Amino acid sequence: MSAHLAAGAGSPATDAALAAYSTSTGEAVQFWVLGTVAVLGALCTVFLKRAVHSALCLAGTMIVLAVFYLANGAYFLGIVQVVVYTGAIMMLFLFVVMLVGVTAADSLKETVKGQRWLALLCGLGFGILLCAGIGNASLTEFDGLAQANAGGNVEGLAALIFTKYVFAFEITGALLITAAVGAMVLTHRERTERARTQRELAAERVRAGKQLPPLPAPGVYARHNAVDIAGLLPDGTPSELTVIGTLRERGQIRDVSDQAIKDLRALEQRAGERLGRGDRAAREDREGRAEEAAK
Amino acid sequence: MNPVNYLYLAALLFTIGATGVLIRRNAIVVFMCVELMLNACNLAFVAFSRMHGNLDGQIIAFFTMVVAAAEVVVGLAIIVSLFRSRHSASVDDASLMKL
Amino acid sequence: MDNLIALLVAAPLLGAAVLLCGGRRLDAVGHWIGTVLAAASFVIGAVLFADMLGKDAEHRAVGQHLFSWIPVEGFQADVAFQLDQLSMTFVLLITGVGSLIHVYSIGYMEHDERRRRFFGYLNLFLAAMLLLVLADNYLLLYVGWEGVGLASYLLIGFWQHKPSAATAAKKAFLVNRVGDLGLSIAIMLMFTTFGTFAFGPVLEATGETGEGTLTAIGLMLLLAACGKSAQVPLQSWLGDAMEGPTPVSALIHAATMVTAGVYLIVRSGEIFNAAPDAQLVTTVVGAVTLLFGAIVGCAKDDIKKALAGSTMSQIGYMILAAGLGPIGYVFAIMHLVTHGFFKAGLFLGAGSVMHGMNDEVDMRRYGGLRKYMPVTFVTFGLGYLAIIGFPGLSGFFSKDKIIEAAFAKGGTEGWILGSVALLGAAVTAFYMTRVMLMTFFGEKRWQPDERGNEPHPHESPKSMTIPMVVLAFGSVFAGGFFGVGDRFVHWLEPVTEHTHGHPPIGATAVTLSTVTVMVVGVGLAYLLYGRRPVPAVAPRGSLLTRAARRDLLQDDFNHVVLVRGGEHLTRSLVYVDHTLVDGVVNGTAASMGGLSGRLRKLQNGYARSYAVSMFGGAALLIAATLLMRAV
Repeated sequence: MSAHLAAGAGSPATDAALAAYSTSTGEAVQFWVLGTVAVLGALCTVFLKRAVHSALCLAGTMIVLAVFYLANGAYFLGIVQVVVYTGAIMMLFLFVVMLVGVTAADSLKETVKGQRWLALLCGLGFGILLCAGIGNASLTEFDGLAQANAGGNVEGLAALIFTKYVFAFEITGALLITAAVGAMVLTHRERTERARTQRELAAERVRAGKQLPPLPAPGVYARHNAVDIAGLLPDGTPSELTVIGTLRERGQIRDVSDQAIKDLRALEQRAGERLGRGDRAAREDREGRAEEAAK
Repeated sequence: MNPVNYLYLAALLFTIGATGVLIRRNAIVVFMCVELMLNACNLAFVAFSRMHGNLDGQIIAFFTMVVAAAEVVVGLAIIVSLFRSRHSASVDDASLMKL
Repeated sequence: MDNLIALLVAAPLLGAAVLLCGGRRLDAVGHWIGTVLAAASFVIGAVLFADMLGKDAEHRAVGQHLFSWIPVEGFQADVAFQLDQLSMTFVLLITGVGSLIHVYSIGYMEHDERRRRFFGYLNLFLAAMLLLVLADNYLLLYVGWEGVGLASYLLIGFWQHKPSAATAAKKAFLVNRVGDLGLSIAIMLMFTTFGTFAFGPVLEATGETGEGTLTAIGLMLLLAACGKSAQVPLQSWLGDAMEGPTPVSALIHAATMVTAGVYLIVRSGEIFNAAPDAQLVTTVVGAVTLLFGAIVGCAKDDIKKALAGSTMSQIGYMILAAGLGPIGYVFAIMHLVTHGFFKAGLFLGAGSVMHGMNDEVDMRRYGGLRKYMPVTFVTFGLGYLAIIGFPGLSGFFSKDKIIEAAFAKGGTEGWILGSVALLGAAVTAFYMTRVMLMTFFGEKRWQPDERGNEPHPHESPKSMTIPMVVLAFGSVFAGGFFGVGDRFVHWLEPVTEHTHGHPPIGATAVTLSTVTVMVVGVGLAYLLYGRRPVPAVAPRGSLLTRAARRDLLQDDFNHVVLVRGGEHLTRSLVYVDHTLVDGVVNGTAASMGGLSGRLRKLQNGYARSYAVSMFGGAALLIAATLLMRAV
C-alpha cells in the first residue's frame, strides 16, 4: 500500500491543520481520475445492453471504490471490498447471468409508457437535491483518522465490533445463516413422487392408445429427405405423423404426393423418348392434356 | 481538494444506481444497480468516518457489506427460481396484479 | 282449583294438535274428539264458575302463572292467566256456544270429507279465543288475538276450492292485519310508557299518565277493535267472511271472535276512562257502524250476508256502549252475551235452512219454509224476536239498556247517540222482519238449480236442531235472567265498575220509545214484504238500496282510495326512485367508475412504476427537509 494512498490518515503532524481542510495533491489527482472511472463504470452498468458487460463494469466501479476506501483510511474495508464484493458477490452475479442466459429482458427498449422519462426526471431531481443538501451542510471540518487508526485500523474495528457492536455482530451471523438456508430452500426442488420406470411409462403409452413404436421418419422415396415433407403411406397419401410436431403446428408441411407422381411421369416420358417410343408417348400425353382441358 | 467531494461522488453513484433500478428490466441488472447504491452509501460512510475521526462509520459500512452479501444470496436465489418458473428474468413479467 | 285455568286452553289446543297432526286415520272419530274436548273445556269452565260463585264478589278474580315467557331485564313477559268475572263470562260464552256449534257441525259437515280438519280448526279457534280472554297481559292477549285471526282465516277459506272463499279469507286476513298493527302499536306504547304490559300495572298506572299518551293508546286499541270486530272503517271483511261454512259464521263471525274488540275495550276501560277523546271516537265508530250494518242488512238478499250486516250493527251497539264508559261497559258485555245466543241461533237456523235447500242462500228463492222446517222456524223465530228487542226476550233487556245509557251520556252527544241507537233499533226490526218473512212466510219460490235438482226442504238432523233449541232457549231467557234485578250488573261490577246512568227523558220513556220504533220497523217490513209477493229477481231499487247491496260502496271506497291511491303512490315513488335516487346512485357510481378508470392506470402492476413513485417521494422528502432547514 503506497504512502500517498493513505495520505488522509498518515500525513505528518505539521500538515495536520491543512489535512483538516484539504487533501494532498496526490489524493486529489487520484480522486479525479478514479472518480471519473467510477462514474463511467456506473453509467455503463446501467446502460450497457448485456448483463455480463454490466457486471464487469460494476466490478470495475467497485474496485475503484475499494481504492477510495483505502485512501480514506479504511484499510480493512478496502481489502474486504475487493475480496468479498468484487471477488465473491460479483462472481456470483456472473454465475447467475450465465445460468439465466440471454433473455428478452436484456432489451433496452422501454415498454412501460413514460417510465424512462419519469425515472430520469426523478433521478435528476434527486441527485440535484442531494448535492444541494451536501453543499448546504457546511462540511469543512475533517478530523482525519490518525488518532483512531493509531493502534492499527483492523484492531480498532475489532475493538468496536466485539464491544460496542457485539449484538449487531451476532445478529449479523444469524442473518447470514438464515440467508444461506433461505437460498437453499428457494432453489432446492424436492422430488415429491417416485420416478416412473421404463416399464410403467410403456404401460401408460399402451393405455393411452398413442403411437407405440417410434414415429416414422419423414421424406419420400429418399428423393425428399427434408424434415418438412410428409412420408407417403402405401396408398400414396401423405402421413402427417411423420413430420415433427413443431412444423405440424406451424402448418409448414410440404405436400409432394402429386409432385412425386408428376416427376415420375416426366421421367417415364424422357425415358420413352430416348428409347424411340417418343411418338406414342407424346401422342398419349397430348390426348391426356386435351382430356384435362375438356374437364 | 476538499474530502467532501467523496460525498458528491457517493451521491452521484447512488442516483445513477437508483435510475438504473427504474429503467432496467433484467432482474439481475436491477439487482446490480441496487448493489451500486449500497456501495455508494458505503463510500459516504467511510468518508463520514474520516470526517468525524472515529471508526463507527466504517463499522456501519462493514455491516452493510455483510447484509448485502446475505441479500445477494437470497436475491439471486429468488431470481433463479423466478426464471425457472417463468423462463424470464424480466421484472415486468411479474406483474400479475395489474388489470 | 286455580290450576284448572290452563286446562281450559289446553283441552282444545290438544284437540287441535291431535286432529291436525293425526292424519286420515282419525277421520272416523275426529269430530267426536273435537266435540268432546270442546265440551271438556266447557265443563272445566263450569266447575271454575261454580267455584267462583262460592267466593265473595271482591275475591273472585284468580290467576295462574304458567311460566316466564321472555324473562329479560326490563322486559318481563309471562304466560299467566287471569280469570275474573269478565273473563269468566267470555269463557262460558265461548265454550258453551262453541260446544253447541261443535255438535251442530257434526251434522252440518257430515258430507264434507275434510270434516276432521274442520274440527281441528274449530278447536284451534277455541284455544286461541280462550287464550285471548284469559291472558293477564296484553302480549299474551296479542298471541290469542293473532291466533283467532289465523283460525278465522283458515275457516273462512275452508272451502278453498271456491275462489270466492279463498279471496274472502285473504281479505279478512289483510283487513285484520291493519287492526293488529293498531294493537301492536298500542302494546309498544304501553311498554314505553309504563314499562310493562300486564293488565294490573298498566291499568293502575293510568292515573299518573298524560292524557295525550292515553288517547293515543286508546285510539290504537280502538283501531285493533275495529279490525277484529268489523267496525267502520275496517268493516269490509265481515260480509265476505260468510263464504265460510255456516257454523263458522255462527261461532266466529257472530258470537265470539268478532266480539273480541268489545272485550279489548272493556278490558282496557281505565285507559278509555282517562281519555275522553278516545271514548268519543269509540262512540262515534259504534254509532256509525250500527247504522251502516243495519242499512246493509236491509238490502241483502243473501240470508247470511243480511245476518252479517246485522252482526256488524249489533257489535256497533256494543262498541257504542263500551265507548260510553262506566255507564255502558256492563251493558256492552251483556248485549254481547245475549247477542252471542240469538245471533248464533239465527246463523244456525240459516245454516239449517241452507242445509235443507241445497245450499241456496238467496232469500228470494225461499218462502213458506215454516211448514217444512218447523223446529228451525220456531228457533229462528225466537232468535228473531230476541234481536229486534221484543219485550221480555234477551235482546230487549240488553239493547234497551244500551239505548238508555246512550241517552244518559248527557248533552247533545247523548241525544245524538241515543237517537241513532233508537233509529238502529227500528232498522233492525225492519230488516230482521224482512229476513223472517222472505224465508219462512209467503209463497214457496224455490226453483231447480242449474243441474235440475229441485230442492226438497226438510228438517235438519237432531245434531243440528238440538243446539238450535238450546240457543233459542238462551235467546229467550238469558236477557231476563241477566236484566231482572240487575244481576249481571252486580256480577260484573267488581271488574268493570259501573255507574248508573240517568237518561234525560227517563228510563221508562226510553223503553217505550224503543218498543214503539221496533213496532214501526216490523210494521213497515210487513207492509213491504208480508202483504205483497216477493219478486224472485230483485227490483232495481233506489240509489240507497243499490248502494247498500254493494255494502254501501265500502269495497269501491277501498278500491278508489286505498288500491288506486296506493297504486298512484307506488308509481310516483317508483318514478322518484328511478329518476332521483337511482340517478344519484348511478351518477355517483359512474363518476367513481370514471375516476377509477383513470386512477387504475397508476396501478399497472409493474414494480418499476411503483419504484418510480417511491423514488419521487424520496426526492420530495429531501426537498422538504432542505426547505425546512432553510426556513
